[in-house]
Amino acid sequence: MKTIEELMALRDAAKAKMTTRDDSSAVTRVVVGMATCGIAAGARPVMNRFTEEIEKRGLTNVTVAQTGCIGMCQYEPIVEVTEPGKEKVTYVLMNPEKATKVVVDHLVNGNPVVEYTVGAIKK
Amino acid sequence: MYRSHVLVCGGTGCTSSNSPKIIEQFETLIKEKGLEDEVKVIRTGCFGLCALGPVVVVYPEGCFYSEVKPEDVAEIVEEHLLKGRIVQRLLYDETKSSEQVKPLKETDFYKKQNRVALRNCGVINPEDINEYIAYDGYQALAKCLTELTPEQVIQIVKDSGLRGRGGGGFPTGLKWSFTAANQADQKYVVCNADEGDPGAFMDRSVLEGDPHCIIEAMTICGYATGATEGYIYVRAEYPIAVKRLEIAIAQAKEMGLLGKDIFGSGFDFDLHIKLGAGAFVCGEETALMTSIEGNRGEPRPRPPYPAVKGLFAKPTTENNVETFANIPTIIREGAAYFASMGTEKSKGTKVFALGGKIKNTGLVEVPMGTTLREIIEEIGGGIPNGKKFKAAQTGGPSGGCIPVSLIDTPIDYDNLTAIGCMMGSGGLIVMDEDNCMVDIAKFFLNFTVDESCGKCTPCRVGTRRLMEMLDKITSGAGTLEDLDKLEELCYYIKENSLCGLGQTAPNPVLATLKFFRDEYVAHVVDKKCPAGVCKDLLQYKIIADKCRGCTACARKCPVGAISGTVKNPHSIDTAKCIKCGACMETCKFGAIIKE
Repeated sequence: MKTIEELMALRDAAKAKMTTRDDSSAVTRVVVGMATCGIAAGARPVMNRFTEEIEKRGLTNVTVAQTGCIGMCQYEPIVEVTEPGKEKVTYVLMNPEKATKVVVDHLVNGNPVVEYTVGAIKK
Repeated sequence: MYRSHVLVCGGTGCTSSNSPKIIEQFETLIKEKGLEDEVKVIRTGCFGLCALGPVVVVYPEGCFYSEVKPEDVAEIVEEHLLKGRIVQRLLYDETKSSEQVKPLKETDFYKKQNRVALRNCGVINPEDINEYIAYDGYQALAKCLTELTPEQVIQIVKDSGLRGRGGGGFPTGLKWSFTAANQADQKYVVCNADEGDPGAFMDRSVLEGDPHCIIEAMTICGYATGATEGYIYVRAEYPIAVKRLEIAIAQAKEMGLLGKDIFGSGFDFDLHIKLGAGAFVCGEETALMTSIEGNRGEPRPRPPYPAVKGLFAKPTTENNVETFANIPTIIREGAAYFASMGTEKSKGTKVFALGGKIKNTGLVEVPMGTTLREIIEEIGGGIPNGKKFKAAQTGGPSGGCIPVSLIDTPIDYDNLTAIGCMMGSGGLIVMDEDNCMVDIAKFFLNFTVDESCGKCTPCRVGTRRLMEMLDKITSGAGTLEDLDKLEELCYYIKENSLCGLGQTAPNPVLATLKFFRDEYVAHVVDKKCPAGVCKDLLQYKIIADKCRGCTACARKCPVGAISGTVKNPHSIDTAKCIKCGACMETCKFGAIIKE
């Protein structure tokens, strides 16, 4: 270790791996419905795609969590995205490809993918 | 990316209640479910809530599972990690909420705490230098070596108002400046981790939970005072702390954070670990250095002070673990940040090891000036079994006690000294109405009698004579005159002992005499122990009105001291009675009392 820049680069890299442990409200949460209905509908590949994409794109302020049945089993796999200070966005009938698009459009660029949301389906 | 982190406490408390087995179970079962790429298991340092150990925290939800047993792990893996369903029955009660899990920092135990020295304990993996760096580790060292002169570093420490956390409360910046002012071919930094007070485990938890912060602080101290070598004197009875220190030192050396030319500044620093063999006196700074030198751990007269002639007769700065643990934060956040916490003359926070008759046994860190009431009633959760608070013992065998009448005293160095008590290293033992204060004084004195090194007479002989006088009092043979003699001898020992051990050894006696003289008087005049602890003064009696003559007690008595016929009140032959209390436990009618 010879410079402070070296140390800071190391810190940023290490910190990115520890977002999972940040329970402050400054973190965006991706919650995947993983009850029997969700798992049967293919929630695990969706969740795995989220974690892969988030890591690949170096998003340091996003955590991925599971939850139980949300109550709309016909729309599983369901994914909820909560950004700090914003309303929760609920995505339904997800698959890995859709997950990639949500990561790129919503998490990276800040534009929710309206056509995948529960509001779009119900109309 | 691991979507979930499972933190298992690997502090000594939780380790002794089976946490290694829990970690093993997690690793096996997570693999079995094919989750090893999604879930990471981390062994951390102490979370503080030792009463509820073993502790497991699962992120990102932040679920605080308490008193987890190895057989509970399967349920956590199956339900929480696989299906995302929180295991409600294992959640710490205070974090249960109708909506979702209440964050730990909002619970009564944590919300009044302010963690500076313990900031990484229970948060990072102490065996991974990267996690320490992720939480801003080694930035303070980088700042000192690349931006600040040694004089500036000392000035920051002075401005912060930090005082020695080992008990004495000497201003740390001033201590550093003394060593810095002395010229020598070699100087040393010593970390005193010879934590020996009964009931104190603050330093152990810092070393176990955040070893790198001690390495960083000692290196900063070396730079500030002109020392290039450091020793950590740690008890051999702390194997987990020793192991983690060894790992941390190796990692720091590998990354060039210890060794030659750190941060390209030309500054070299090296660290050694020295294991203590468990003698209490080695916590005294001169005895500690004598022990590092390879001699029998005995104190030497001061002056010369260690800043002039310390380890190997070279200028030496010696600080306690908790003192060092505050240094990186002070440098990183600035002196003003640290000085904004605490009272006028005692800045920052203090870690206390809460023990005794208290619900939340564990480790707490609060700003100086917090009252004993807040610590005991709010953070500590009060006294169990509806008993009444009597006193809190601070400072271990060198300290005194705070009676219930002073429970609202803001705790800082000067307030405690003013009431004849002592901050000490931070052991805080809570006592309720069932504790006899004479017996407590005897307990601590017994400890110092055992641990006196024997070098000077006032301590070696004086403490033993004190002990004999206390024995006389608790056996019912004492007189009022003995109380005066006791007090006189206490002052004599305080004034004439060579080192801190002897000078403070009579404190528990003096403090209890001051606040609980009535209990001493009850022992010598009424020949009674009000709390019902001192056996020689106790008598077990059967209340005839309540006794149904069931014969249960008579059958239980191991010495046949109880006589009586069926359905008639029994009686105890006090000459035969050995006061074991078995009869009282057996009686279903509350007919047996001790007085």
